[in-house]
Amino acid sequence: MHVPNIVKIKEIIQDTETVKTFIFKWEVKDEVPGHFMMMWNFQDEKPMSISLIDPIKDEIGISIKKVGKFTESIHLMDVGDELGLRGPYGRGFKIIGSRILAVGGGIGMAPLVAFAEEASKRGIKLDVINAATTQDELLFLSRFKKSGVNLMPCTNDGSFGFCGFGTALAEKALKNDSYDMLVCCGPELMMKKLVELVDKFKIPAQFSLERYMKCAVGLCGQCCVDDVGWRICVEGPVFWRDDLRLIKEFGKYKRDAAGVKHSLI
Amino acid sequence: MLVLETEICRLKMRNPTMLAAGVLGTTAASLNWASKSGAGAIVTKSFSIDPNKGYANPTTVEVTGGFINAVGLSNPGVEAFTLELKKLERSVPVVASIYGSNPEEFGRLATKIGGMVDMIELNVSCPHAVGGCGASIGQDPDLTAEVVKTVKNVIKNPISVKLTPNVTDIVEIAVASQKAGCDALTLINSLGPGMRIDIETAHTILHNKFGGLSGPAIKPIALRCVYDVYKAVSVPLIGVGGIKDYMDVVEFLFAGASCVQIGTAIYYDGLKVFRDICTGLERFMKRKGYQSVKEMVGKTHNYY
Repeated sequence: MHVPNIVKIKEIIQDTETVKTFIFKWEVKDEVPGHFMMMWNFQDEKPMSISLIDPIKDEIGISIKKVGKFTESIHLMDVGDELGLRGPYGRGFKIIGSRILAVGGGIGMAPLVAFAEEASKRGIKLDVINAATTQDELLFLSRFKKSGVNLMPCTNDGSFGFCGFGTALAEKALKNDSYDMLVCCGPELMMKKLVELVDKFKIPAQFSLERYMKCAVGLCGQCCVDDVGWRICVEGPVFWRDDLRLIKEFGKYKRDAAGVKHSLI
Repeated sequence: MLVLETEICRLKMRNPTMLAAGVLGTTAASLNWASKSGAGAIVTKSFSIDPNKGYANPTTVEVTGGFINAVGLSNPGVEAFTLELKKLERSVPVVASIYGSNPEEFGRLATKIGGMVDMIELNVSCPHAVGGCGASIGQDPDLTAEVVKTVKNVIKNPISVKLTPNVTDIVEIAVASQKAGCDALTLINSLGPGMRIDIETAHTILHNKFGGLSGPAIKPIALRCVYDVYKAVSVPLIGVGGIKDYMDVVEFLFAGASCVQIGTAIYYDGLKVFRDICTGLERFMKRKGYQSVKEMVGKTHNYY
């Protein structure tokens, strides 16, 4: 039933100054990389990607960047504190191909680290472009290292790894290597640039979008995107590049809680 | 498919189903998707003059037999909504659901958008609205009548009043609405309101604490309301409340509805629910020998 499950925070990992990963005891069943949960702090409820799926220990992890009132309140919580979680929701990534490039920016790395851990368990060769503004903001370096993927970190200021945008490093990677498939999650304008690249190099690709959500079960229409009407909570959040052609608002605008459009540019 | 054709207030419908207000109706994109999915008509999300963010989450929680919701009538306001109305494909009749806190606001809204839609549905029945909106109007027959008269004065479109079941006597409100000049009645809006409490923490789950109940659990109530109101009025009825399949539609037609609206069922069956209902209904009509939807309306009343 679509009702929040009350869970206690089992462990908190301070990933960076602004990002924490919260680990919960969870009976893992249908959760896959790309899925999200609706997280309830008893005052508000927001969609959060699942960043860790461990069916052996029966744990899931949700990585949260402190950006506003809601996420700040979560960051103030301790091990043992309670939260509500319902889900998993949405369509996750399809793990297809033998040689995959994953490209992520900022907190967009959250679903991608779960993807990387699962894909490498299956023996798939995975290159991961992990982009952040600066070295201190790079996420999940040790988790990526442990999973055995080829990690390609990237910082805007050059403090670590490639100096420049993740999109520039992605273009380099696509030029030098041949991939069967690409997955991407990050700021929408970054993803828009990646769409141009996958078109240029003709690689099938999946992108994870986000929009303001209310019911998360496909009824209220809050997260419907123009012009096709698809719901980010049901038909998304992950879309193949071809399907993305129908989402005309991609990279252009999104809607707030009242349905008022806000430009992304 | 021709046997499913019907009409309400001179609006031709290819089948007797409508997308109900509040479900996938906030943008032209989702409304167009619903009409392409086979809905015979579409009703927009209720909108007001000014933008409204609605309530914080959780706005929806599942219960046995349906959902309770307190979305809070969120909408971008009439100016932004007219931009959505302009993008509608208009392949099926469009019903604009509007709300305000007094007759003057309803009148202003209707004037602004009447020319852009086929029909107007007055939301005087949302059970979790604040500030004098929703059910606080629809529970008062005189206030409801005033709203109807005001809107009737300013537009030529047919007007349906969406009734709340959360009254002692829904017939009283229905009769007052008809007397005031409405052209149709939509019944029912969601039931209650209801609530759900989390037993681990004792918190109410909905942010607004209370919300309207919708889904299969309310069907018997909605059906009885249609039956009662049919006896008392002469305007056509639009039945809504827990309808999931063609059998539900037949019950509502027999009870007195000229057509129906589908909302919560889209959670259970997706937008294919419209085509599923039409296929089932047409098969049923063929088996029973009904030549038109119209001849089925109110059949149960022939016995009593």
